[in-house]
Amino acid sequence: MGRPVAIIGSGQTKHGRRTEITYPDLVREAVQAALENTNITMKDIDGIVYGSMPSMMEGVAMTHFYFADALRAVGMPMMKTETCGTTGMSLAHTGYYWIASGMADVVMVVGSEKMYEGDSQATMSTVMEPYYLRYFLAGAPGIFSMQAQEYMSKYNIPEEKVRDAAARISVDHHKDAFDNPYAHIKVDLSMDDVKNSRIITYPIRLWDVCPNSDGACAVIMASGKKAKKMSKRPAWIKGLGFCGDEYWYGDSDKISWECATEAVKQAYDMAGIKNPRKELDVAEVYNPFTFVELLHYECFGFCGPGEACDLALKGVFSRSGELPCDPSGGTLCTNPIGATALIRVAEAAMQVSGNAGAHQIPGAKLAFAHGLGGLSEFNGIMIMGSEL
Amino acid sequence: MTKNYHTLKHEVWLPYKYSVGPVFHRFFEGLKQEKILGNKCPECKKVYVPARTFCPLCYVDMGDWKELAQEGEIISWVIANEAFFGMPVDTPFVGALIRLDGTNCNFLHIVGGIDLKDENTVKTKIRHGARVKAVWRDERRGHMTDILHFKPL
Repeated sequence: MGRPVAIIGSGQTKHGRRTEITYPDLVREAVQAALENTNITMKDIDGIVYGSMPSMMEGVAMTHFYFADALRAVGMPMMKTETCGTTGMSLAHTGYYWIASGMADVVMVVGSEKMYEGDSQATMSTVMEPYYLRYFLAGAPGIFSMQAQEYMSKYNIPEEKVRDAAARISVDHHKDAFDNPYAHIKVDLSMDDVKNSRIITYPIRLWDVCPNSDGACAVIMASGKKAKKMSKRPAWIKGLGFCGDEYWYGDSDKISWECATEAVKQAYDMAGIKNPRKELDVAEVYNPFTFVELLHYECFGFCGPGEACDLALKGVFSRSGELPCDPSGGTLCTNPIGATALIRVAEAAMQVSGNAGAHQIPGAKLAFAHGLGGLSEFNGIMIMGSEL
Repeated sequence: MTKNYHTLKHEVWLPYKYSVGPVFHRFFEGLKQEKILGNKCPECKKVYVPARTFCPLCYVDMGDWKELAQEGEIISWVIANEAFFGMPVDTPFVGALIRLDGTNCNFLHIVGGIDLKDENTVKTKIRHGARVKAVWRDERRGHMTDILHFKPL
């Protein structure tokens, strides 16, 4: 165990279709917001951590160099971390390790993506090698549709029930997003709107899918001593975990999903969590597709195997439920990929610091943040608490 | 976000020549001869397809090569309605994870030779556990698409 580390504040851009500014200016917007939010200056900061999706997304290689000025990294130590969709979580872990090791006291962690400028699905396809996987997996929707089908057959759950539970998740989150000033897609949907929307990759339909978003997020982390000085209500990092599966999609079981269960075990062990549904007050699950959120509830021990649909339909994971998941609207409503998992971290920290505004879960003391990446082969977790 | 400025159009085009190495070379040569080749890990005894150089779990060189069965069962499937970059077949198509008989991992390919009118029509032929068999292209070039598709039995 290293030194205690806390999140003392964060900044987000307004996420959406940001064609009115250049990419470095978008990054700068998040950096300025984080500095304003924490009321510190660059003199207080010892280093910068940055990451995004693969450079094909921007068409400019070495994005940390491209954005060095916008990140205020001139004359400062800097690290880049990149793990596909999990990038934002890996960024948070990198910042944590830097401070926990004792080599830095205050670090600014930044993730970003400007997805409307390039071809996001083509970029995603280049995550798969061209010998075998690239031809038939049908992009990110194909990956998670495959997992959804296997989930139904493994537990023999009627398709109608899984479809209803996924629709409920979509309806809830798209409504939750209205209370999040940074969220991209905010819309009032009915269950039928979701269930009758256009098929993208069966069983996944349009309203089961996250958007492309332009956006950035910056999080400021500090050592215990500095955090107490710089913040009235720091969010203390209580546990973290990260795990990967084999590279080739067909090599691992996507339902027992070892990289998810192992990553969460590491985080729970470190945080001393035995009964997550009872002990956690709020969770920001990385949910690019509705169906995968259901499976995550099970892999993270929020419920038992095969139980997620019944509980989701009962509202256990809704805003007023026993364990509210994604009160921000989650990835489903806002997905600037390189920033997305860092937004989960920022949102979880806001919850335990009592700064989540209209989507605050009253009295939240222990919060869970998650990132998912690769072709579903990476899972990363960070747990934050209001007490050290 | 009200004002629109113009956008700068630009393209990056980069050609690549990937080394296939001895293992993919042999696997692709097998496809030319209508054979699906896998190999077995000498430690955990798992049979993998496509054949590979080393076991991803045991990290040892793979052992015996095997000509695999061309039949297997569907583990999972999707109907791809949207075209994505780099896909050699027109949409809609059915992508599937197939467990070839005698192997210990899932093989990704497409299931064809069926009516793709809508999801209910597809479901009459395709479900978890359905048996399928490889159908080959007449002209083969040593590529994953030498298998035209798998057809339901």
